[in-house]
Amino acid sequence: MSALQIKKGSTKHSAYNLRSTFSDVEETHTIAVLVENEPGVLARVIGLFSGRGYNIDSLTVAEVDHQGRLSRITIVTTGTPQVIEQIKAQLGRIVPVHEVHDLTAEGGSVERELALLKVSGTNDKRVEALRLADIFRAQVVDSTLESFVFQITGTPEKVDAFADLMRPLGLSEIARTGVAALARGL
Amino acid sequence: MTRQMTGARMVIQALRDQGVDTVFGYPGGAVLPIYDELFQQNDIQHILVRHEQAAVHAAEGYARSTGKPGVVLVTSGPGATNAVTGLTDALMDSIPLVVLTGQVPTFMIGSDAFQEADTVGITRPCTKHNWLVKDTAKLSATIHQAFHVAMAGRPGPVLVDIPKDVQFASAEYQPKQKAPTGHYQPQVKGDMEMITTLVEAIENAERPVLYTGGGVINSGPGASKLLRELVEATGFPITSTLMGLGAYPASGKHWLGMLGMHGLYEANLAMHGCDLMINIGARFDDRITGRLDAFSPKSRKAHIDIDPSSINKVIRVDIPIIGDIAHVLEDVLKVWKARGSKVNREGLQKWWARITEWQKVDCLKFKPNDGAIRPQYALSRLEALTKDRDRYITTEVGQHQMWAAQYLGFEDPNRWMTSGGLGTMGYGFPASIGAQVAHPDALVINVAGEASWLMNMQEMGTAMQFNLPVKQFILNNERLGMVRQWQELLHGQRYSQSWSQSLPDFVKLAEAFGAKGILCSDPADLDDAIMEMLNHDGPVIFDCLVEKHENCFPMIPSGEPHNKMLLGEAKTKDAIGSKGAVMV
Repeated sequence: MSALQIKKGSTKHSAYNLRSTFSDVEETHTIAVLVENEPGVLARVIGLFSGRGYNIDSLTVAEVDHQGRLSRITIVTTGTPQVIEQIKAQLGRIVPVHEVHDLTAEGGSVERELALLKVSGTNDKRVEALRLADIFRAQVVDSTLESFVFQITGTPEKVDAFADLMRPLGLSEIARTGVAALARGL
Repeated sequence: MTRQMTGARMVIQALRDQGVDTVFGYPGGAVLPIYDELFQQNDIQHILVRHEQAAVHAAEGYARSTGKPGVVLVTSGPGATNAVTGLTDALMDSIPLVVLTGQVPTFMIGSDAFQEADTVGITRPCTKHNWLVKDTAKLSATIHQAFHVAMAGRPGPVLVDIPKDVQFASAEYQPKQKAPTGHYQPQVKGDMEMITTLVEAIENAERPVLYTGGGVINSGPGASKLLRELVEATGFPITSTLMGLGAYPASGKHWLGMLGMHGLYEANLAMHGCDLMINIGARFDDRITGRLDAFSPKSRKAHIDIDPSSINKVIRVDIPIIGDIAHVLEDVLKVWKARGSKVNREGLQKWWARITEWQKVDCLKFKPNDGAIRPQYALSRLEALTKDRDRYITTEVGQHQMWAAQYLGFEDPNRWMTSGGLGTMGYGFPASIGAQVAHPDALVINVAGEASWLMNMQEMGTAMQFNLPVKQFILNNERLGMVRQWQELLHGQRYSQSWSQSLPDFVKLAEAFGAKGILCSDPADLDDAIMEMLNHDGPVIFDCLVEKHENCFPMIPSGEPHNKMLLGEAKTKDAIGSKGAVMV
């Protein structure tokens, strides 16, 4: 099947529609879901993913509009274009879901994650850890004579890279928030 | 005017404001305040079932035969868990239900109290939406919202869990108009550009077929009317899923019969060979499509559905239209007429000539047997003797269900109630009770198999208590016929656990409940026996002993495409390949 899909006579072309939704190449998408902040709404979203066998690479949730009682769930997921389309449609039909945005398809997004890393060591390793942290602009938020807790923010890839470097230097624990994302531009 | 009242009274008031006349239910500790309120009024009748699963199926029968939401009231814990099968059934078949469950008081939730279950947790994946109401002030608005969600867009079951202290406490009643139905307003109008694309396809198609489903029924009688108008005006052949029978009349001259795994030869070959498939309110279920990569290989496909998640779920379509069937069909007809009501007459003529050849195969023909009653014969006679009556049919699940779909003709929507998606044995009897409650003077027949029927046979008590003259037409082959058929085709004729042993004497069983029982085993007696059943004013168990090893044909073996159908008693050994064997 051709990767291009152009409907004859359609006036609604966007670059997104040119992609075949039935390609079997897996893609990673970041999806933002605005939901009513009511009990069980997160369970509905997670239940949808587990019940229908979709992947969750990362999921974050927090209230973003206290007065309007809205929470924003940011999900990073991997699947074929058809699966991604299904995920969006299935999310959209959950009753307390107000909006579903595929940030990846809608022109890209800024994505950030925060991580805390505990690195224990002495002497050279300790100095090297501190030096690398500086390069990555990670901050020391807790320190003992034998350990640091670093705080780093950035893309998941940056956090991965930093964690990989810290591993031989005594990385003992890591906590990550998962991805928060906003669409670029207006 | 502010109206203070208890939560329990609010429930009754909200049901009344929603126009509810019937509730199917079973009392228990956590719903006693609501039952107390029910006792003190006469607007809403309560049908006491004998098992909560049956309450939900009965409400489904009520909903499907009226187009109104069915209402269920059950207690906490086991009451709620027993309702789960019915909820799942209604979710799969898009049947609007409002199920009210009692719950332990809010201060005991989470303490493993007596008859406590996490009802909203358990039913979250098997309802369209559910609510746990922890504050009486929100109860009436939540119930109104529940009715809105059950009916809006693609219908489905919803559940409201009401703790006992919320039923006792008082608050102000919120009328229907004030309920927060706000943001949940699914789109009903189709995209006009896509509708125009569909009309162009209709004008040019050489080999079109309309493939309709339960969505047409759910969209209301107006949708069926528009569908009939479209079919008559274009002359296109039409087939339907199990769920959609009756939207187009079986006596209509463009009717090809049901399609799918046990669908008609002409319907399935038309689907395979068409160049334009218009799916109206169906969902490309696996019973319909067979092998996906060989499904209708040469057609452009249009799909009209109110649920965006149905589009491109399993089959890629060329013309997706999201909207309510009635609204979309109205626009399709409008645009098509405005453009001159054109179709490809020449192409259609050739297409019908081919279809007529397929119809000549007469895939449902059978030889009446002198010895035992053949199930096909039993249903043909039932059809002949009841088709002119005001008739509602329900079924259980299995071979009898497929034969009923093949041999009974449905002229109108909302006359046929069967468990399509979930395939719930035990559905038909309580569903027949629900249909009979909604239509007290109509003829309601449950076409059953003996094994399915036994799964909810306790409902004989309900039928007797409420004088519901439901006819239980049991095709008794003393086998789990469909299981047996698959074991014959797939598992080397090793009939593991698929026979019905220690069956009751159905006539005596009927008499034990105070009902009428009829036994028939000879084809020569069948017509008289059926007439005796029809003429009896009260519930009847009709034990129709049929040929024990009859298989249901035509059949598309699983894992095969539409054009690889098995007809009749042709060679069926190893009909299902190893790939198909893993499917159900």
